[in-house]
Amino acid sequence: MSSEVTQNPETQAAGRYGEFGGQYIPETLMNEIIALETAYERFKDDPEFQTELDMLLREYAGRPSRLYYAAKMTDDLGGPRIWLKREDLNHTGSHKINNVLGQCLLAKRMGKTRVIAETGAGQHGVACATAAALLDLECEIFMGKEDTERQALNVYRMELLGAKVNPVTSGTMTLKDAVNEAMREWASRVSDTLYVLGSVMGPHPFPMIVRDFQSVIAKEIRSQLEAKAGKLPDAVVACVGGGSTAMGTFYDFIDEPSVRLIGCEAAGRGIDTDQHAATITKGEPGVFHGMKSLFLQDSDGQIAPVYSISAGLDYPGIGPEHAELHATGRAEYVPVTDEEAVQAFEYLARTEGIICAIESAHAVAHVRKIAQEFDADQDLVICLSGRGDKDVAAIARYRGKDVHE
Amino acid sequence: MSDISKAFADGKAFIAFLTGGDPTLAASERYLVAMAEAGADLLEIGIPFSDPIAEGPVIQAANIRALSAGANVDGIFELARRVHAKIDTPLVFLTYLNPVFHYGYERFCERCRECGVSGLIIPDLPYEEQGELKPIAAKHGIDIITLIAPTSEGREAQIAKDATGFVYAVSSLGVTGVRSEITTDLARMVGDIKKQTDTPVAVGFGVHSPEQAAEIGAFADGVIVGSKIVSIIAEQGEDAEVPLREYVASMKNALS
Repeated sequence: MSSEVTQNPETQAAGRYGEFGGQYIPETLMNEIIALETAYERFKDDPEFQTELDMLLREYAGRPSRLYYAAKMTDDLGGPRIWLKREDLNHTGSHKINNVLGQCLLAKRMGKTRVIAETGAGQHGVACATAAALLDLECEIFMGKEDTERQALNVYRMELLGAKVNPVTSGTMTLKDAVNEAMREWASRVSDTLYVLGSVMGPHPFPMIVRDFQSVIAKEIRSQLEAKAGKLPDAVVACVGGGSTAMGTFYDFIDEPSVRLIGCEAAGRGIDTDQHAATITKGEPGVFHGMKSLFLQDSDGQIAPVYSISAGLDYPGIGPEHAELHATGRAEYVPVTDEEAVQAFEYLARTEGIICAIESAHAVAHVRKIAQEFDADQDLVICLSGRGDKDVAAIARYRGKDVHE
Repeated sequence: MSDISKAFADGKAFIAFLTGGDPTLAASERYLVAMAEAGADLLEIGIPFSDPIAEGPVIQAANIRALSAGANVDGIFELARRVHAKIDTPLVFLTYLNPVFHYGYERFCERCRECGVSGLIIPDLPYEEQGELKPIAAKHGIDIITLIAPTSEGREAQIAKDATGFVYAVSSLGVTGVRSEITTDLARMVGDIKKQTDTPVAVGFGVHSPEQAAEIGAFADGVIVGSKIVSIIAEQGEDAEVPLREYVASMKNALS
């Protein structure tokens, strides 16, 4: 590692998590980023804004999501009591709706008429197109061409919702390139457009805004488990790509040292191959997509191509707050392979009758490995970030069955 | 005062960009020398990067060609060193921050000085974040060249006051690339910047024709051309030397 960290606090921009974070974006976008931060600081505690957001989360998205006691899984694993936080039951089928409702409401308050977003698997794109339809915002989604082919149904869903989907043909044609293209588009049209980022990444204030809108997950886990078990969880476990699921699941427990925070990243075909997206396990400090964080990169600082069976975890970086939670040792991050995730996907379907997203299955897989570390009177919560309908055809193909959507 | 001021010492400056290593490092060396001989006052060498978020399709493609041909950071340093040995035209790098960060700020700036590179243009290092690099660069006599955009309202004064080398005035929103029409009121933008600083102001993004150069040269200290030069190289490959000389001469002539 040849990089050095040179900090000068007096001239440093906002939004730091230890050495990570910051605002490394072209000058063209700086005023817009500052305006977004100002608007967010103004509206986040505004009772009218909060009332409207709470109403949408409750009546439209279906919150609070259930905290389901997985009795059969608990019994089968013989470790802690296992609880599933059912973000998969939200409207649009994932946790992404929590963030897009917040950001699209903010866009309206800022006087914007158009939103743009990147998407990998399509969950954030579908959620954003949904919120845009509801709130009368024009919507354009940037999606790697390879992902538009892997997730063709989601492309059509977004179009049904009135969004324009732009297949991105630059670079590796996946999520990283979709972010590049969304940033380029934003720099060319800032006045009427807000970039609705889908994860706890990018330049400040995005990691903070997305975390805050997703932290409803942890708040609900805390109160639901308090009601059901009268205690804090002993561990919360979530998958990590950019890290919005995990940040939302961890946030309320960061200051509770008894709660283990466990993030599961995509090891693809194995961390000893070059086909994975295990940023914390194998990445190094760097600066990309507006943030200083950990990235998979080569010896020259070129961003590495990444791979995962899960399009939602197929990203070469991680949100800066996760990089800091890793650096301080507050959270644990572990790699989970495609094969382990697919087995967990099948396991949860057969054990609990829940077909979860392949992203979420990474967390389920790790819990199967560590259950024995816990006692029967302990409580472990897995965040099921999304539902698995979108993945069924890909899992069938992985298992050698030719299923057409 | 750095070498960069030489570029602006004798009339309006023509600043020529190419992506280092496109199509090969040897061709880049020939082209940089040829452009200097044809009248370029400052040479800007792009360090190829996997994800150049401020670039349009033309320079994105050049980045891919250079990386595919095996260009790396040490290769670009060697290119600069060889060009610097042949001509005394000042050299700057255009690079994204990650290759610099990964190389190590201290080591990178030291190598710049050794290879005759006088300044760094870093599109993803805005004013607020420059503090981590600028003092190290200054120690080695390297200028961090800062950008001001049409959307920089309220920020120009502070940025201009602290500018070193030259101010890179971004003509238009969006990414690099040839534009037939620039809608920004450039004369006013450049005038506002010049009220704040004696550092020269050069205009880039979208500039390509001698007519634009003449028009912008009336109020700015120089023009920067990237995509047009890169597109000549893309079309001509290893044989771009003559058309590059002709093009640079026509631009320099328009500025005189």
